[in-house]
Amino acid sequence: MEWETVIGLEIHTQLATKSKIFSGASTAYGAEPNTQACAVDLGLPGVLPVLNKQVVIMAIKFGLAIGANVSRHSVFARKNYFYPDLPKGYQISQYELPIVETGKIDIELEDGTSKTIGITRAHLEEDAGKSLHEDYHGMTGIDLNRAGTPLLEIVSEPDMRSAKEAVAYMKKIHSLVRYLEISDGNMQEGSFRCDANVSVRPKGQKEFGTRTELKNINSFRFVERAINFEVERQIDVLEGGGEIIQETRLYDPDKNETRSMRSKEEAMDYRYFPDPDLLPVAINDETIASVEKTMPELPSAKKARFEKEFALSDYDASILTGDKDLADYFETVVKTSAQAKLSANWVISELSGRLNKEDRDITDSPISAQMLGGMIKRLAENAITSKMAKEVFNAMWDGEGDADAIIEKRGLKPADTGEVEKIIDEIIANNPDQVEQFRAGKEKVLGFFVGQVMKASKGKADPGQVNQLLRNKLKP
Amino acid sequence: MSLERDDVKKIAHLARLAIDEADIPGYATNLTNILNLVEQMSAVDTDQVTPMAHPLDAVQRLRPDEVTETNQRDHFQQHAPKVEDGLYLVPKVIE
Amino acid sequence: MSLHNKTIRELSEDLHNKSISSVELTQHYLDRIEKYDSQLNSFVTVTNDLALEQARQADKLIAQGKATALTGIPIAQKDIFCTNGVKTTCGSKMLDNFIAPYDATVVDKFNQAGAIMLGKLNMDEFAMGSSNETSFYGPVNNPWNTDCVPGGSSGGSAASVAARLVPASTGTDTGGSIRQPASLCGITGLKPTYGRVSRYGMIAFASSLDQAGPLTQTAEDAALLLNVMAGFDTKDSTSVEKDVPDYTANLKQDLKGLKIGLPKEYFGEGLDSAVGDVIQQAIDTYKKLGAEIVDIELPNSGLSVPAYYVVAPAECSSNLSRFDGVRFGYRCDDPKDLEDLYKRSRGEGFGPEVKRRIMIGTYALSAGYYDAYYLKAQKVRRLISDDFKQAFENVDVIMGPTSPSVAFKKGERSDDPITMYLSDIYTIATNLAGLPGMSVPAGFAHDLPVGLQIIGNYFDEARLLNVAHQYQLNTDWHTKLPDGFK
Repeated sequence: MEWETVIGLEIHTQLATKSKIFSGASTAYGAEPNTQACAVDLGLPGVLPVLNKQVVIMAIKFGLAIGANVSRHSVFARKNYFYPDLPKGYQISQYELPIVETGKIDIELEDGTSKTIGITRAHLEEDAGKSLHEDYHGMTGIDLNRAGTPLLEIVSEPDMRSAKEAVAYMKKIHSLVRYLEISDGNMQEGSFRCDANVSVRPKGQKEFGTRTELKNINSFRFVERAINFEVERQIDVLEGGGEIIQETRLYDPDKNETRSMRSKEEAMDYRYFPDPDLLPVAINDETIASVEKTMPELPSAKKARFEKEFALSDYDASILTGDKDLADYFETVVKTSAQAKLSANWVISELSGRLNKEDRDITDSPISAQMLGGMIKRLAENAITSKMAKEVFNAMWDGEGDADAIIEKRGLKPADTGEVEKIIDEIIANNPDQVEQFRAGKEKVLGFFVGQVMKASKGKADPGQVNQLLRNKLKP
Repeated sequence: MSLERDDVKKIAHLARLAIDEADIPGYATNLTNILNLVEQMSAVDTDQVTPMAHPLDAVQRLRPDEVTETNQRDHFQQHAPKVEDGLYLVPKVIE
Repeated sequence: MSLHNKTIRELSEDLHNKSISSVELTQHYLDRIEKYDSQLNSFVTVTNDLALEQARQADKLIAQGKATALTGIPIAQKDIFCTNGVKTTCGSKMLDNFIAPYDATVVDKFNQAGAIMLGKLNMDEFAMGSSNETSFYGPVNNPWNTDCVPGGSSGGSAASVAARLVPASTGTDTGGSIRQPASLCGITGLKPTYGRVSRYGMIAFASSLDQAGPLTQTAEDAALLLNVMAGFDTKDSTSVEKDVPDYTANLKQDLKGLKIGLPKEYFGEGLDSAVGDVIQQAIDTYKKLGAEIVDIELPNSGLSVPAYYVVAPAECSSNLSRFDGVRFGYRCDDPKDLEDLYKRSRGEGFGPEVKRRIMIGTYALSAGYYDAYYLKAQKVRRLISDDFKQAFENVDVIMGPTSPSVAFKKGERSDDPITMYLSDIYTIATNLAGLPGMSVPAGFAHDLPVGLQIIGNYFDEARLLNVAHQYQLNTDWHTKLPDGFK
């Protein structure tokens, strides 16, 4: 039987505020355990929550960016359950009246087409603390620094049909929240994580199959693997005549498998009710208008502008605008170099390649955008050859200064035509056999000549020019 | 409405309350009586009534995003039941 | 006249003209607590050293001419308010070892005003009760008859003031917990409008109903305390950003033309006729003072107890989830696993009434019952609130008995939650609506005090205090002191 996969994602984005959603404690990552858990975060008797204005602004931004309805009236509710990382015995979240409803976002598929994914809702809630499972005499340690950190939970429609689509959607949301500067999107630190609702159904069937929820997947790679594993598992179960149990499953990246989380299974009766310590959140048109004014250029608009303004291909524009920091970097490079296409090539291949290799982020590139732009400018002026440019690039990477300083220090200068011609004449004279072969139609031999010339010129010759001159001189 | 022994056990579990077996019938009776009192509400038609969650018709005030709290871990943990290395300890959590 | 017969206003004058020091005054009350509280059990904790230290500071302020009305005045706090460095039990075994690490806003405000805290007052466990019999620290006795209850949940607050072990105290009122004990102990109690006094640091029972207020000898003293307690607090989202008037400013206004509504529902079946007679006499006094009586109806008031026993338990079931033996409070011995830690810490730490209410609330919110119970109660709450709105279109205040009976015998109702719950039948509706209410001593029935309840419109505390003060200028019930505590 042919099966169709149905996936919906719940993405938890940590909002980049200074203080927590309901208290004045810091949200900075990595502090000593419980040093950033204040009376409110600890749920001490008598404490009360007060909502952080910034989280509301951030949620509005997100709502506007996905063309959603920003609720004029939303309500915080308590989700009641007992767990040691949940100090109050309830999580303050939004249930019936979330702050953002019904939006959508387009994702690009591998075949070049695009697809619209519906976003059911996005709601504000507080994060829980952390259980540390190192052994404390057979006990678990609880660190509540993270408790009360603001989260925006973004719930998609079950619109995705493959793990790849799910990853594309997750990447798109990741890019968007970074564009909006509402989250740092740091997945290692848990600022961006996702639960996946996965089911399969026979192709053509209308009703959804029974779904399972895969918890806390914190990398793009794991999302794809976890979903693929789960889809295969479900198909195996169904084809073996079994039934899928609606349950929560945990993905284990080490074993690449999902397993049932029995501890979360029982008593899923959360007893939601409006939090009596908080009043309804009212958002008026003026607030929305003022947030609208602060909206940055969004990825799709930026991509369109890059294509138009810089005459970039769809592919180049989409890579460069996939990440806001990369896009900003590129624009600065172009400003200095005045060479859009050449800059795009260098940023996409040379720079990104090197960054990837060394696992660095664009924001901590050793070569600043101005430096790269300065080098590209020299290259475009033919002040250096592309081979020299690579040398300059490496030297800049190693911290030897900007392009002009390196060019001067190393005395980099393309050879002039007369000099190159002299070298070519010499090499033709010294290699009569190869000349013979070329003239007999063996094109490949040209490479040999180019290599020899470049070697003899110590890289100062421009390969394009060498090519041209060789062809002329080798003509029978 | 009448709550049985199993209902009481289920509710006590949901609320994480250990109840002595011997006390269950007493709770069942009391809770049933309270629910019967509560059910007097069904005498009134409330179909068109908006639920009232707060006594005052007000909206949430928002706090500026500022860090106002300092580290008071030692102070807060002074009388905590069980702490070590700044962590609150609980019996092993199995996921 | 001995010191403890004086009101706060009088004591404040004595302190200001230096005819007495705060240390002397504080010591006088500490001595009275030492001498008499074994008969009442109204204090959980007496803070002798702290009080005397505060008194010395207050005397300095007074000497420097920096005193306010409450500087140097001893008071005591219901043990529901967190007090930094002082045990805060909420009347529960759960918090028997809880030294609060911070001050409630109310406590902070009294400290700022230079008031002296004599100690922490006994109360029903987590404020759940109407007789002070659910306290882990044992029942409080009514000073008018120590076989009787003082009412609850602020039983210690009311008994201590009635016996003049302290000139005034704080209480909290979720369904009548200030007014009913004030009534049963023959003192003045005020529950302000919801949101008037900050709830920060006040251990929550039912967040949408809880409100703190003063228990005093007179309305004038209540105004002095409310002047300190009231006000917006950035730490409480439900506190109201509204200016605090000087509540003593309007006390002297006469009552000519005051429209008093008498709801027929508050004078019907269930009311002890002797109590009814006392209330009628009080109404007559008001007539003499020029007030106009209007018969009104609060048609849904019969549903206030049913609605309350869904809303309050639902909120409490969630509010009390934080007591889990992990970060503070009671933790059971040798938990074998996580579930055991939760269940036994909570099962052993909470008393039976608290457990009952947590279970009712848990049930009312659980899947399949939410609409029938919780949502229904929220709707009925609206109806009850609308009744008052309508009534206040025609009257200035509403009056009736605070409690259907006088203080009852200890043990008489403790096995029957329903009968106990009906003790608050006249007070609960104002909490559901969020309105301010007072109880004022109005006489005696069966040799025990009877309280007149005065309910006002939202934020109309100044008028309530004026109406009560004018009554007290023309009666002397508020000056009566129980035998044995004189």
